Amino acid sequence: MAQRGPRSIAGGAGGAAEATSRLTARPRAAVRTTSIGAALENERVLGLLLLAPTLTLLALFIAYPFVMGVWISLTSASVGNVGTFVGLKNFVKLFGDTIFQRAAYNTFVYTAIATVAKLALGMWLAILLNRHFRAKRLVRASMLLPFIIPTVLSTLAWKWMFDPTFSVLNWTLYHAGFIQTRIGWLTDPTMALMSVIIVNVWRGMPFYAISLLAGLQTVSPELHEAAAIDGANAWQRFWRITWPLVLPVTMVVTLFSVIQTFADFQLVYALTGGGPANSTHLFATYAYQIGIVTGLLGEGAAASLAMFPMLFVIVIVQLWYIRRVEGA
Amino acid sequence: MAGRGGSGSGMVEGARWRKWVYFNVPMTVFIVGTLFPFYWMFVTAFRPDGELYRPWRAINNTPFWTTHPTFEHMVYLFKQTMFGTWMYNTMLIALASTVISLFCGLLAGYALARLRFPFAGSMGTGIFVTYLVPPTLLFIPLANIIRDFRLGDTPWSLILTYPTFLIPFCTWLLMGYFKTIPKELEECARIDGASRIRAMVQIVFPIATPGILSAGIFAFTLSWNEFLYALVFLSSPQQKTVPVGVLSELIRGDVFFWGPLMAGALLGSVPVALIYSFFVEHYVAGLTGAVKG
Repeated sequence: MAQRGPRSIAGGAGGAAEATSRLTARPRAAVRTTSIGAALENERVLGLLLLAPTLTLLALFIAYPFVMGVWISLTSASVGNVGTFVGLKNFVKLFGDTIFQRAAYNTFVYTAIATVAKLALGMWLAILLNRHFRAKRLVRASMLLPFIIPTVLSTLAWKWMFDPTFSVLNWTLYHAGFIQTRIGWLTDPTMALMSVIIVNVWRGMPFYAISLLAGLQTVSPELHEAAAIDGANAWQRFWRITWPLVLPVTMVVTLFSVIQTFADFQLVYALTGGGPANSTHLFATYAYQIGIVTGLLGEGAAASLAMFPMLFVIVIVQLWYIRRVEGA
Repeated sequence: MAGRGGSGSGMVEGARWRKWVYFNVPMTVFIVGTLFPFYWMFVTAFRPDGELYRPWRAINNTPFWTTHPTFEHMVYLFKQTMFGTWMYNTMLIALASTVISLFCGLLAGYALARLRFPFAGSMGTGIFVTYLVPPTLLFIPLANIIRDFRLGDTPWSLILTYPTFLIPFCTWLLMGYFKTIPKELEECARIDGASRIRAMVQIVFPIATPGILSAGIFAFTLSWNEFLYALVFLSSPQQKTVPVGVLSELIRGDVFFWGPLMAGALLGSVPVALIYSFFVEHYVAGLTGAVKG
């Protein structure tokens, strides 16, 4: 944002001056002194008024469903049946459910491995993109494609590449001499979880790379030159100069991405549907399975609310970190 | 490497070797790895069925391209499915929810950046927190609410719910943008007699055009990408969006129509890819701005 500021202000100031002169040319606007006009000059009134549409929508479709979700998770509601209050029975049942335990385990493994891989690869790509080379703009723009193309659609391309019978990856690996028997990308339970992670890393890595690149561009090359003259090698320069300077951006990007990954649904739904044999469910896909497919709304709501404690912790960390960075 | 370029010095040779290992090779791997799935989507969309379904170890003279391109999958997509309708639905929903989100985000962003009123800080934090609430946390109760409001299976169910994850982002981005605009510009206008709303609409908003464009493009791609709400709230084929339609109507049981599937994935990606290619810099500004706040 900082690098964009000065130019846009310089560009905008002309337009603003024009607009002001247009206003002064018509002094009639100043005479309006109705009570509504006066009320709108009051910052308290105007502030709340401007926030009203946003607060209404968020209250209706975030706050209200959240409260309702907590209530449903405490009832035996199912499709077409309001149900009765059952206390924590849904949660107790879920914690004893082996598929749910597997989903919880998967969610943590998925989030941990994918986040570390996305951060490492994204940082690497950002450093590569920060150099000067031919067709740099084109390469940088095309690197973001996995992030902007609708996830379900690109995941379908991966599903086709992972196809048990017609996989192009298996074909290539076999003809290059790396494998003798085909890899069951989506048919072997352990491999299926790895495949899901691979696609998530592929999709999310560009987001890290481009955000970190913006951070890298603020690091002065003179610092690197000075350190190089003092005899620091590339690895030392990265850990002593680059990493501390881009740490704030890295933290925010990572926390955002952890939330997205932890609460992921569409990638797994499109790639494996939670299979084979329920081995790749995440909290969200299992909640969908129970709540929407089976129609047990109470248990489904409970399964999706099981994400809440972890999300809550991440959000608190994020708020705390942003406050600290802004305060400093 | 030796002999190429004709630079005799050993040091330059060393630098070249290093450049290949540290730059050219990893960069090529990144490029191929990132783009191959799209290439494969493209090739599959134009490949005849006879070439698609061959045993995985079969000898294959043209494994990575085809010499017999065909439009049969595209034709199937438009004749046998409601792909055109899905594109129209997705476009309508994405545009409408983007406009609503920009409207709300502009007003809220301005209020939070410029005005002093009770609980401004906590409202700002509240909006930021909703930014972090993933749709997967709320979709089951929200499905009930959509049904209670009688919005189920209509575009309105998405036009009204997508802003819940777009507004916080737009607000946050535009608030940051408004803060970079000097207050003096508005004050000048107000001294000249403009009302606060007038100064906001005629002075501040025009200057914020790049920010509005960034927020709008980002919001549009996010709505085009949304899947869970569309999957849960819509049921009849003619109401579906592209991601849901392609996934639910082109996979029947265990049968995958890979040609039309990839053709649908390719065509369904075109609008976002086009918008993105025209506004790369704005998109990147929106992305990095969204992160930094």
